[in-house]
Amino acid sequence: MTRVSLEALAEAVPDGALLALPPDNSLPSVALAKALVRRDAKGLRLLGVPVSGFATDLLIGAGCVAEVQTSAVSLGEAGFAPRFSAAVKAGAITVRDATCPAIHTMLQAAEKGVPFMPLRGVIGSDIIAHRPDWRVVQNPLSDRPDPILILPALHPDTAAVHAVMADEAGNVWVGRRRECATLAHASRKLLVTVERVVPGNMLEDERLAPGTISATYVEAFAVAERGAHPVALLDEYGFDAAYVAAYARAARTEEGFRAWVEEHVFGHTAQVAAE
Amino acid sequence: MSPPDGGVQPEERLATALARLILDPSAPPVRHIAVGAASPIPAAACWLVAKSGHSVRLSLLHKRSGNPFTEGSRELFDLTGQGRIDLFFLGGGQIDGRANINLIGTGEWPGQGVRFPGSFGSAFMYLMTPRTILFREEHSPRVLVQKVDIVSAAGVTPPEVFRRGTAQALVTGRCVFRFNPDRARFTLESVHPGESVESIRSQTGFDFDVPEAVPATPDPTPDELALLRGPVCEEMLETYPEFCARVFGQKAAA
Repeated sequence: MTRVSLEALAEAVPDGALLALPPDNSLPSVALAKALVRRDAKGLRLLGVPVSGFATDLLIGAGCVAEVQTSAVSLGEAGFAPRFSAAVKAGAITVRDATCPAIHTMLQAAEKGVPFMPLRGVIGSDIIAHRPDWRVVQNPLSDRPDPILILPALHPDTAAVHAVMADEAGNVWVGRRRECATLAHASRKLLVTVERVVPGNMLEDERLAPGTISATYVEAFAVAERGAHPVALLDEYGFDAAYVAAYARAARTEEGFRAWVEEHVFGHTAQVAAE
Repeated sequence: MSPPDGGVQPEERLATALARLILDPSAPPVRHIAVGAASPIPAAACWLVAKSGHSVRLSLLHKRSGNPFTEGSRELFDLTGQGRIDLFFLGGGQIDGRANINLIGTGEWPGQGVRFPGSFGSAFMYLMTPRTILFREEHSPRVLVQKVDIVSAAGVTPPEVFRRGTAQALVTGRCVFRFNPDRARFTLESVHPGESVESIRSQTGFDFDVPEAVPATPDPTPDELALLRGPVCEEMLETYPEFCARVFGQKAAA
């Protein structure tokens, strides 16, 4: 656990890494995604946990992504993710479709250190035929026919989240978004952006401890105020629907996307966010 | 504040039709309903049931303040695996006559024609929830197809596959269909105002059964309308401000 600059945090994600990102309702670090665009990251393999949103569309549009494994890519009320759709159509990225609980289950297997874990449901879906790493087997504990899906453990190289705060011990606080802890446990390293750093150790506070991810799992963190924006951050700030809608309009075309990135990732707005 | 023209909005009729399906006494009982992403009309239906005095727990995945989950969507799927969620709503970019849904895309895998967002949790929820109500406002031959290009989640599965339930009904902007899983076929149950058996046929890509008499989908009662425009809207303002402004003419407090 070390405190670094936002740009240094982006340097800690190597080209080609399997990078896990939470969806737009579960603390994605949009600040880190923008920093990855600025550092011109290449060949990233993104994992949506369990779906993907704004940050994923931005990284795809900027040419940082080779592959997306996810259960859906969407901008919510702003509609389909425009750069994702364009990249699928152009064959510019590989999409590995999954279904939400399968991604959670693969991470839970990694968290437990077991090679696979079963999941009910899913049988009958065409997703299985396109996942050679998934298998339907007979339930070994049943005497009657009972086909069940087994899923391999999935260990992301890096996971990135935006938390409310870090403390002096390097613990980070995600509030009720405790699914981020599973992501931290399953990933080889967790990179975190935070709104602020607070004194003391949150694990010594009974009321903060349940929403705290121990520094054990945190590779590095950086302060990035409003680092989830335009996505909501717990009770700190809300979802900026107008900003996402404006992005969705601009990103309908490659040119519109480029202009948007110039202004919001490289321009004055992005500089302020990075300080 | 009511909508500008004061008449029944289509969204209000759909929410009421969904609420009646939720309360259907012939279906398995509902104690706990979960509502997923971007689903204002199903959410309104659930709130209408709750505000009508029925004891039902609602877990809205996208509620910001007081979100019911402390482990995000993972907890939703675990709850469902445990059998604690009784009803869920699913939609589809395509829905076919065997109640298969396609949220992935048209054409060759993985949606080389039109790419949809993706399956979300449908492939799990459809099998693990005792009841699913399929809901899609657009009712056209491009959505309601004979056979989906890609199956995100299957309407029926072989008997040896563990499954708690399947589609109860399909509600669209034009009508209500019931689903019979034994025959893997839909039956037309009611048509919304302005529609007929013929108009439904012409806009539906799959075959379905038609009883001798097909009633009109009932309008909301005055009590239901008052609930929708009052307490239901209040509950929804934070999560669905644009929907509340458009349908109920209600703006969130600044």
